[in-house]
Amino acid sequence: MVDKGYAGDHRSWGRYPKIRRQKVVPVYWRDDEIDLSAIDGTILPYGLGRSYGDSCQNEDGTLIDIAPLNRMIAFDEENGLLRCEAGVSLADILKVIVPRGWFLPTTPGTKFVTVGGAIANDVHGKNHHVAGTFGRHVTQFELLRSDGTRIVCSPDQNVEMFRATVGGLGLTGLILWAEFKLRRVPGPFIASEQIRFRNVDEFFDISADSEHRFEYTVAWVDCLATGKQLGRGLFMRGNHAWPNKVPGKKAGQRSLFTVPVDLPWFALNLVTAKVFNTALYHSQLGKSKRKVVPYDSFFYPLDMIHDWNRLYGSPGFIQYQFVIPFDHDRSAIRSIFKQISDSGVVSLLSVLKVFGDVPSPGMLSFPRPGVTLALDFPVRGQRTLNLLDRLDRVIQDEGGAIYPAKDSRMSADAFQAFYPQWQEFSQYIDPKFSSSFWRRVTRTTE
Amino acid sequence: MKVLVVGASSAIAHETARCFAADGAALFLVGRSAEKLAAIQHDLEVRGASKVATYTLDLNELAQHEAMIDAAYEALGGLDAALIAHGTLPNQAAVQTSVEQTMQEFQTNCLSTISLLTILGNRFEQQRRGCIAAISSVAGDRGRSSNYVYGAAKGALTVFLSGLRGRLEKSGVAVVTIKPGFVDTPMTAHIKKNPLFAKPGAVGKRIYTAMLKGQDVVYVPWFWRYVMWIIRVLPESMFKKLSF
Repeated sequence: MVDKGYAGDHRSWGRYPKIRRQKVVPVYWRDDEIDLSAIDGTILPYGLGRSYGDSCQNEDGTLIDIAPLNRMIAFDEENGLLRCEAGVSLADILKVIVPRGWFLPTTPGTKFVTVGGAIANDVHGKNHHVAGTFGRHVTQFELLRSDGTRIVCSPDQNVEMFRATVGGLGLTGLILWAEFKLRRVPGPFIASEQIRFRNVDEFFDISADSEHRFEYTVAWVDCLATGKQLGRGLFMRGNHAWPNKVPGKKAGQRSLFTVPVDLPWFALNLVTAKVFNTALYHSQLGKSKRKVVPYDSFFYPLDMIHDWNRLYGSPGFIQYQFVIPFDHDRSAIRSIFKQISDSGVVSLLSVLKVFGDVPSPGMLSFPRPGVTLALDFPVRGQRTLNLLDRLDRVIQDEGGAIYPAKDSRMSADAFQAFYPQWQEFSQYIDPKFSSSFWRRVTRTTE
Repeated sequence: MKVLVVGASSAIAHETARCFAADGAALFLVGRSAEKLAAIQHDLEVRGASKVATYTLDLNELAQHEAMIDAAYEALGGLDAALIAHGTLPNQAAVQTSVEQTMQEFQTNCLSTISLLTILGNRFEQQRRGCIAAISSVAGDRGRSSNYVYGAAKGALTVFLSGLRGRLEKSGVAVVTIKPGFVDTPMTAHIKKNPLFAKPGAVGKRIYTAMLKGQDVVYVPWFWRYVMWIIRVLPESMFKKLSF
């Protein structure tokens, strides 16, 4: 069970924009007669609220809280097939499957997301270049529509509804349960290696070198470094470790601490962010460092700090993740780094990864071949928003896209350029379902 | 570990059962709805329970209690622990105008539990080991005008458990009184949530550790012990003027 502050709290993870009026209705039993049409206004499923922006918010409407739908249904240990209700968290699943030699097919950077949310956002992880998105491993799920019909969707049954719901941002109906394939692992440890790189070119070299040898790759980048150090950072790569390489370690995760209060908004500024990023870069003395670590500290370092979003203070923060296709001279990504560091806008933690060419199954799925960068910015007025608007245009010119699960500010024009298939997708939306995000990005502009 | 869980489809009981399941316990689940029991059974099986059996029963049928407990002993081959967790939260405004409804609430929240405790108490006394836990409530610590029918039923249960604990102490059987505060469950779905509401997961875990340790009276979360201490020491002349 995961705490969301206290029980009545249904904000988004970035806590921006602030949504004032929305009701919350929990669902408790998947087999009950659930009459969604009886609820006034529009509805939207809500899991653990790890979407950063307003894609998990429904101002003036109702959120359907699926966290009580947290029951396992069946686990086929022979074939690694798990069926569970939509509100079960990945954290809960790991507790059950890892001791029995299985692992998630892919996982985002936090385990505090629900299975329903993982499908609705078609989430990706550090093994995207080999495994693709979460949706690729989903074998079936049941969707409840507001007219009371229940549809079982799979890659060969109700295929169109399957494709619309995977990455469909919760708009096609309420996922009640899902079944997906797991991956065999030799144990709970990861043989990891961390390599320092001095600039963008080095990053791409290490990435290309790692792709075939490492299942998991990701890099942290210092977005505040300038000049020759533009794009410096630490590259992390790893594989599941065999138990014989693990010298008597314990695999449990300690949670370090919970952030008890909102820090004042000024605690995070250009100076503290530079100190943090420079310290992180120099935290490793040699060029590379090898270590066998428990899976928790490799995949979920931030989960150790509960409520870390409070570090940004009560104004909240904006996450910005884009993908752009490869170009030969890497000029686009370099120019983006330069614009960010020139702007003087504070970005605390930036994550860079190369996506593979495994196709994403959802109509609105975000991952596609190219390079993806995730940044976070404390909410500090217009300067940040102007920078992001400029970056939107660069990404549009490059034929890239922005990740809706993290977005809280892109314009309707930008969204419709990134996702030209949105109109085709619209016909699968349940007429009762909507979100603050969806209303924002489909607003007609005159 | 062989555990009987009465009122197993309650969110708190289910979370407690999950902790036992993770240890590989065998569980016997009792509740009104076969469908809900089946959903919980499958959940506990996946989470590691070595065996899960279910038994459908409306616990207000007191005459059936003996047979149900026999079935539990039979199915698991004995019992090491029992958790009694069923209950309802009445609407005070409705029950205070109806003798029939008030009696009904006592039946569900107090008398049926006392019936089960009597039977289990005798069996555990004979086997001279084990742990019996029942969910009472902080509401049973003092009668509040807004919730005193429920509070009185839970208060009687608390007193009963206290006496039973003294009696079974001599046989090495632990009797655990659980007093939860507000918990975010279907029973409180209609109440507006505030920061005092606890998550059923945390409450279930606390009950599990209390049962393993054989603790006496457990407030969940812990701070309710102090809140209720203050509420209990207020003079009646002042307490009667409070409307909560």
